[in-house]
Amino acid sequence: MAKIRKAVTVILRLIALAATVVAVVIMVTSKETAHVLNLTFTAKFTHTPAFKYYVVAEAIAGVYTIVALLLSSRSLLARLILILDVVVAMVLTSSISAALAIAQVGKHGNSHAGWLPICGQVPHYCDKLIISLVAGFVAALVYLLLLVYTLRAALSPVFAIKS
Amino acid sequence: MALRVAALLATAAATIVMALNKETRTFVVGTVGTTPVTASVTAKFQHTPANVFFVIANAMASNHNLMMIGSDLFGLEFKGFKLPLVAVLDMLNAALLSAGVHGAAFMAQLAKNGNSHARWNEICDNFQGYCNRGGVAILAAYVGLLLTLGITVVSIVKLLKPKPKPQSQPLASEIEVP
Repeated sequence: MAKIRKAVTVILRLIALAATVVAVVIMVTSKETAHVLNLTFTAKFTHTPAFKYYVVAEAIAGVYTIVALLLSSRSLLARLILILDVVVAMVLTSSISAALAIAQVGKHGNSHAGWLPICGQVPHYCDKLIISLVAGFVAALVYLLLLVYTLRAALSPVFAIKS
Repeated sequence: MALRVAALLATAAATIVMALNKETRTFVVGTVGTTPVTASVTAKFQHTPANVFFVIANAMASNHNLMMIGSDLFGLEFKGFKLPLVAVLDMLNAALLSAGVHGAAFMAQLAKNGNSHARWNEICDNFQGYCNRGGVAILAAYVGLLLTLGITVVSIVKLLKPKPKPQSQPLASEIEVP
């Protein structure tokens, strides 16, 4: 029973790690230059603070996942890892939400503020961003699943009834 | 328990301030003959999906805290499987709230500074009141987020603390909602 529980948490953490790594790598390597009316228009992720925060947050979550994978055998740190899991899950959801908010403006624009969408000029950049955001969303979901599973697994020997 | 009340106040305040956030400015666009043509531009929170999500997320968080406080005041005991449910719901609440707050915060940063690379002008110099109220709402929601994180940690620690013996469950049935 403990082995199955440990295997599931390890698998979930590996999926989350893969997702965060994919998100970081694709967002960092996404860059496109477009020429619009004799103007050169470069789109990089460093232009937007939300994307910079996204990259940093996903990198922190990835590093934490590696550390948690290496430490997962020590039961002394179990509570600390659980609490840090909550914090990291919140960081992940916050970074993906911020990046999604800015990306939504980039894709659809905001007619009330006079902001034009930029995806028409830099489609490849937008596509790579979409992949990176999907990976980040998967990482956040997997972390939330991991939280729920860890809590259920930690409490199942205590409570006979399980929902 | 006190944490929950404080978090409820913070998130409710954030919801209300952002929901009532609206500012109308009339600009003189041009002159036709001798009469100036004015255009009135409105900044409402519904214009930005991130702000809409902010309002909804804060409303749901306030609702969650309200339900938890209500169930504690009315004396519903949390026994058996409901105890991990409280912690799980608290965690989900924290994640939802963090997503809402950060989305709105970065959208507000974009509105304040603009983005020269994407040719997005800043709008805060025209709509000072709207930006100020939005900033206050986001700050209140951040305070609520920190409190919600504290509530989650307290819930988890309370759940993991008892180590009952196999024959009896001494403390499990008497743990109340913090």
